[in-house]
Order: sequence, then C-alpha cells, then structure tokens
Amino acid sequence: MKIFICCKQVPDVAMTIQIKDGKFISEGMNYVLNAYDASCVEESLVLKEKYGAEVTLVLIGDEAGKEALRKGLAMGADNAFHIMDPALNQIGSQAAAKVLQAFFKGRDFDFILTGKQAQDSDMGLAGGILSEMLNLPYVTNAVGLDMADNKVVVRRQGDEGVEVIHMPMPSLITCSNDMNDPRIPSLKGIMASKKKPMEQLSLADLGLSADEVLRESKKSSLKSFSLPPARKSGAKIEGDAQTLVATLMEKLTKEAKVL
Amino acid sequence: MKILVFADQKKGKLKKSSFEVLSEAVRLASACGAEVHAALLGSGVKEQAGVLAHYGAKTVHIVDRPELATYINTPFVTAAAAVIEAVKPRVVLFPTSEGIKDYIPALVQKLDGAGITDCCKIKWTGDGVEIERPLMAAKARSTMESSHSLILLTCRAGSFDTNEPNPAAVAEIVEHAATFTDLKQIFKEVLAANTGKISLDEADIVVAAGRGVRDAEGLKLLEELADVLGAALGSTRAVVESGLVSATLQIGQTGKVINPTLYIGCGVSGAVQHTAGMGNSKVIVAINKDSEAPIFNIADYGLVGDLFKVVPLLIEAVKELKKNS
Ligand SMILES: Cc1cc2nc3c(=O)[nH]c(=O)nc-3n(C[C@H](O)[C@H](O)[C@H](O)COP(=O)(O)OP(=O)(O)OC[C@H]3O[C@@H](n4cnc5c(N)ncnc54)[C@H](O)[C@@H]3O)c2cc1C
Ligand SMILES: Nc1ncnc2c1ncn2[C@@H]1O[C@H](COP(=O)(O)O)[C@@H](O)[C@H]1O
Repeated sequence: MKIFICCKQVPDVAMTIQIKDGKFISEGMNYVLNAYDASCVEESLVLKEKYGAEVTLVLIGDEAGKEALRKGLAMGADNAFHIMDPALNQIGSQAAAKVLQAFFKGRDFDFILTGKQAQDSDMGLAGGILSEMLNLPYVTNAVGLDMADNKVVVRRQGDEGVEVIHMPMPSLITCSNDMNDPRIPSLKGIMASKKKPMEQLSLADLGLSADEVLRESKKSSLKSFSLPPARKSGAKIEGDAQTLVATLMEKLTKEAKVL
Repeated sequence: MKILVFADQKKGKLKKSSFEVLSEAVRLASACGAEVHAALLGSGVKEQAGVLAHYGAKTVHIVDRPELATYINTPFVTAAAAVIEAVKPRVVLFPTSEGIKDYIPALVQKLDGAGITDCCKIKWTGDGVEIERPLMAAKARSTMESSHSLILLTCRAGSFDTNEPNPAAVAEIVEHAATFTDLKQIFKEVLAANTGKISLDEADIVVAAGRGVRDAEGLKLLEELADVLGAALGSTRAVVESGLVSATLQIGQTGKVINPTLYIGCGVSGAVQHTAGMGNSKVIVAINKDSEAPIFNIADYGLVGDLFKVVPLLIEAVKELKKNS
C-alpha cells in the first residue's frame, strides 16, 4: 500500500505572536511540522504496522521546511519530497493544491492524507481542493481510519456525532489531531531519518509554470496581519467557596445582567 | 449582481448562524446594490423557505431531495453547484458547520472560485470583497482581498449581528433539480454522541468541562449545573481524550467555535487552542484552583477555587434564583 502525506511547516502558534506594521514577525519563532499533519504521519505508521505500507511525505516550502520533513521521517515515514521554488513563497491553500496536483499527476498511490487545516492559516481548504482536482473521493476531519474489504473506513467528526464512511481507493482524507497522539521520534528514529531519501523538486520538475500557480494565488490575496482586539480580564475573585459563589451571583445578576 | 447565502438547518429547523449570515448579506448587498438570494439544501426543507424571506432573501432556491437527508459531501457539492450555476452570484456566503467545512473545498474547485473560510468581517471594495479572519488559533487576524469572479466565503459563528425579521416579507421560491450520480462514498452510520439537550453552537449559556473535572462524577456535577442554567455542556480536548465526553462537545481550534452570552469554564486551563473557540463569549467565568491559570487573563469573573466545592454551591444558588424569579 502506498500512502502520501502532504506536510506544511508552520510557526509554533503556542508562542507569542508578534505583528508590526501589518506584518507577521517571523524572527524568533520556532517552526514546526503542522500538528494535524503529524497526526497524518502517526496514523499511516499505525496502518503500516498493521497492513504494510510505504509512507511518503511531500512538502512545499523553503529550505527550512526540510526540518519538518526530517521530523516526519524520524517518526517513521520512509521517504520525502521537498518542493522548493522561488515562485512558491507564501502561497495560499488554493495555489498549494495546484502544485500538489502537479506532483501527484502520474503517480501511483492508495491514499493521500492531509491535515484538516494548517495551524498557521487555519484555512482548511487545500486537501478537499486537491481531491477535486484529482477527481478523488474525500472525507475531511477524520478521527479514525482503518481498512476493510479493500475500502477505507473513515470515522469523521460531523455535526451530530461521528460519521462512519466507506470509500474506495485511491482517495483522500484530511485528518484531525483528535485522531491520535503523534509519537515522539526516538533517538534511533532521528539517526535513521538522516539516511532516508529526500528528493528536491522545482516547479519545472513538476511540469508546472509559475503562471499556473499565480492564477490560483491571485484568486485571493493576503493584505496584512493584525492582532485581535485584546480582551480585558476582570479582577480575580478569591475567598472561600461561599464567598466566591455569592460574589459571582451578585455580579452575574446585577453587573453583567446575564442571569 | 447577486449575493447568495446558503442556509444551514438541523432536523427541520434553521440554525441561528443562517440568520447571522443572511443579515450580513443584506448589509453587504446594500453597500454594493446587489440582490440577496438564499439557498437551502436538504430533505423535507421546503417549509423553512418562508422564514428566509423574513430575514431579507428575495428569492429562495431549494434542492429538496432524499439524497440530502443524511450528510455526505458528494450530493451536497452537486446540489450547491447546481444552484450556484443557475443563480450566477458574485459572492456566496455560508455559515460554518462540520458539513459545510467538508463540502466547501470541492465546491470552490469545481466552480473555479476563490475560497476563504472563517470570515469575521466582510466589506465591499468596489470590485470585490475585503475580509478579516482570525488565524493562528485566533491569536492573530488577517485581512484578505478577492476580486475574483466568484467568491465563496464561510462565516465564523457569532461574528455578525442578526437583523430583526420582517414576518410580512415573502420570497419567490425556486426549486432546482440536480442529477445525483457518482456517489463517491458510502455512508454507513452516525455513532450517536452524548450531545446533551441543548446544542452547543446555538446555546446562550455554555458550561465547559476541563481536565479539572477528573472523572464521571465531576462531569455529572457540571451536567447538573448546565441543567439548572438551561445551558449546553461543552468541553476541552483533554476531557474528550479521556473518553468522558464525545468530541462533538469539543470547543476550540479543532472543535467548535461558540459565542454564548455566558461561558463558565470549570477546571479549564485556557490553552490557546481552547480559547480560539470561546474567546468571543460575551461574559467569561472561570473556576480554577490555580490562580496562575491563563484562562484568568480573559475571564471577566475569575473564581480561584476548587470546582468540587464551588460548583455544588453554584447549583444551589442558581436553583434559588430560578425559584424566586
Ligand atoms: C493542534 C492542536 C489543536 C487543539 N485543539 C483543541 C481544541 O479544539 N480544544 C481544546 O480544548 N484543546 C485543544 N487542544 C489542546 C490544548 O492545547 C490543551 O491541551 C487543552 O485545551 C487542555 O485542556 P484542559 O484545560 O481541560 O486541561 P489542562 O490544561 O490540564 O487544565 C486543567 C486545569 O484544571 C485545573 N484544575 C484541576 N483540578 C481542579 C479543581 N479541583 N478545581 C478547579 N480547577 C482545577 C488546573 O489548575 C488546570 O488549570 C489542541 C492542541 C493542539 C496541539
Ligand atoms: N505548503 C504545503 N505543502 C504541503 N502540504 C500543504 C501545504 N500547505 C497546505 N498543505 C496541506 O493541506 C492541509 C490544509 O492546509 P490549508 O488548507 O492551507 O489549511 C495541510 O494540513 C497540509 O496537509
């Protein structure tokens, strides 16, 4: 079985976010493998242990993106492709999908996994767009994945509960981090990752022109960043339980008037 | 020019997010001189069309088919594309739900549109839209622009005010046929969730359980609090992970975005991935025994204390209040 995982490298959003003159300040930020993509890696390794599979990573990103790929390889993926091209700086979800479409053209696979969203943009479009481009069936927001009778059995978190969906292969699944807890690479895994194949590809290698990517990029453009209006916190209320509850009830009924 | 709004419904009832988005469409339309249309996809949804007129839809487009009774993406993409191709809107607005988040990417691609999710502000620029949206677990916002010929936007829950409905307004109702072939996936079942009586994304008051509830007994305490308040129960990821509640209750970056009038977090630390989903609540109450917990930085009323001592008293106090009013 051949599994491909689309990976993005993102700033660690747990850190303090700095924005100046409408620009995101990347200095001082740590960059990590998108957590949702790490869940894709974990899930494919479980499938690999169960049924046998080749797990391949593909990332569009600059030189630093190699680190995210190394992380996935250290977890246990088999090989990686790094798509790097000056024309691909700061591309959005629609352009990323276009590049990935070119990458998958003519390639043989059983399924493609992507994250449900990139932790930096929280956009959640690239996976579904890619599957429509490749004319594949897809399911988003998967929290469980298995195989039965040559079909993928996906459990997805839907509006009313967990939906169980069967899909033929090849197909595409976007994964939630509620699916699993990604393993921490072992020292042995880290050492092994350095010897695993990582192939670098340019747009020309994919047979795609910068114009074709630009056509997607131009559909919408990112103008600027800002910090959301800060929320002021009220004073902490301390004391014994009786005091806390009496004070809260007073505040909620008389001050906030929400009860 | 036309602006088309896809309304969302659940079990024969339109969701409040549909009215928020429709109200915003009316404001946007008056800024650019557009006509507001609404669309409703589902099975047995015809009766709800009239209500969309009360919120400003001049025409309501319906695809009412048994294939749309249970959610799966292929038929919804087909139906939505059929309506959009017939109406030819410039801008299409959607509320946010797990279903809509699922089918919107394929729809955007099928129609060669521009897609932007989770918008919290929308402005007409003269030749397109400028939007704002939160990102990076809602720690930042971005401004984006699109002047593409077809723009599809999903709207973040609670971002737009709902207009007063006009019960006298009527709309023209147009039924659309769609050909459902090539069902790519097979839907098996919904594993029912312990979602409680009140739906999390519609609730006025939400009681959220964090890891501090510890076990089923702690959770029961919060269920009781939710009950006396007429509130919905929500939770953090830690509680979902522990298996105490279904992920349907999860609030946050991975889970649901909520905007209740009152949010009461009990034993919730306030990690950014959680606050990404509840930071827009009107009033935030936190009960946490650690006075340094980050949730106190955004709480209007931060109670430093043990939830096992505080919540039982709070339940009694609310009961007392309800009895006297
Ligand atoms: C990609 C990604 C996405 C995520 N998405 C989400 C999401 O959508 N939603 C979400 O919630 N999380 C999400 N998380 C997880 C998030 O980072 C936190 O781990 C989680 O929110 C913590 O939940 P918690 O506050 O219940 O637990 P903890 O952080 O463990 O906090 C428990 C709190 O309870 C307090 N406490 C303990 N006992 C008591 C007591 N007796 N009385 C009062 N207080 C007590 C403690 O002081 C502590 O502050 C995500 C993480 C990642 C990496
Ligand atoms: N630059 C990229 N390289 C590879 N995969 C990507 C890239 N950008 C997005 N993806 C994939 O698409 C998913 C969703 O991204 P988005 O739609 O941008 O939120 C991510 O979790 C990745 O799996």
